[in-house]
Amino acid sequence: MTIIVFSGELDKALAAFNLANTGASMGMDVTMFFTFWGLGVVKKGSLSRGNKGFMQWMMNIMKRGGAEHLKLSQMNMLGAGTGIMKSLMKKYKMPSISESMALAKEQGVHFVACTTSMALMGLEKGDFIDDIDEFAGAATYLSLASEGKVNLFI
Amino acid sequence: MKADHTLDCIGLYCPMPIVKTAHKIKELSPGEVLEVISDDTGIKSDMPAWAKKTGNEYLGLEEDEGEIRVYVKKPAG
Repeated sequence: MTIIVFSGELDKALAAFNLANTGASMGMDVTMFFTFWGLGVVKKGSLSRGNKGFMQWMMNIMKRGGAEHLKLSQMNMLGAGTGIMKSLMKKYKMPSISESMALAKEQGVHFVACTTSMALMGLEKGDFIDDIDEFAGAATYLSLASEGKVNLFI
Repeated sequence: MKADHTLDCIGLYCPMPIVKTAHKIKELSPGEVLEVISDDTGIKSDMPAWAKKTGNEYLGLEEDEGEIRVYVKKPAG
């Protein structure tokens, strides 16, 4: 099973991890391919410039990323909606995005970060959490997807 | 229905009961039965689907006032 995580919003990332965790629990080999805005899900969330060009640095400040900084795709309301959603999730004992990610790693879900998107955004390996297993491109994804029975784009 | 092990998933929603079941079943000996207690109605479809996919045997469910008990058997040998 493969999931392309293209989006960098909290709700979409939660959906992706719920499916990844369920797939792993069903005995499937699961790969999550983080690309474009989806890279934000697996970024550390640092604001530092590093080797980024000026525009890339500005983009990084506006789209900081980091699992705990993700916002809802709808009803964010300057962060109020996201806060309400997080407190509702806690009330209903649903795992947070960070907990879902840790669970995915524990279950052996394979994390791949897209090197083309990284170059575009001026991101380096050090900008990502240690859980990334591989830095690769479309051929790696398609090779896995061609063997998967369930391939999703979120 | 009689079970050898019980897993309490009251208050947990999809996918956690399934994720916990997948972990728990590893502790069972072949032929043993696991009882999972849940109040998420999704479990009624999800548990047979999980069992079918993973090669475990779904034995059925008992429901009492919103508390659903589902039973799965780890295949012998």
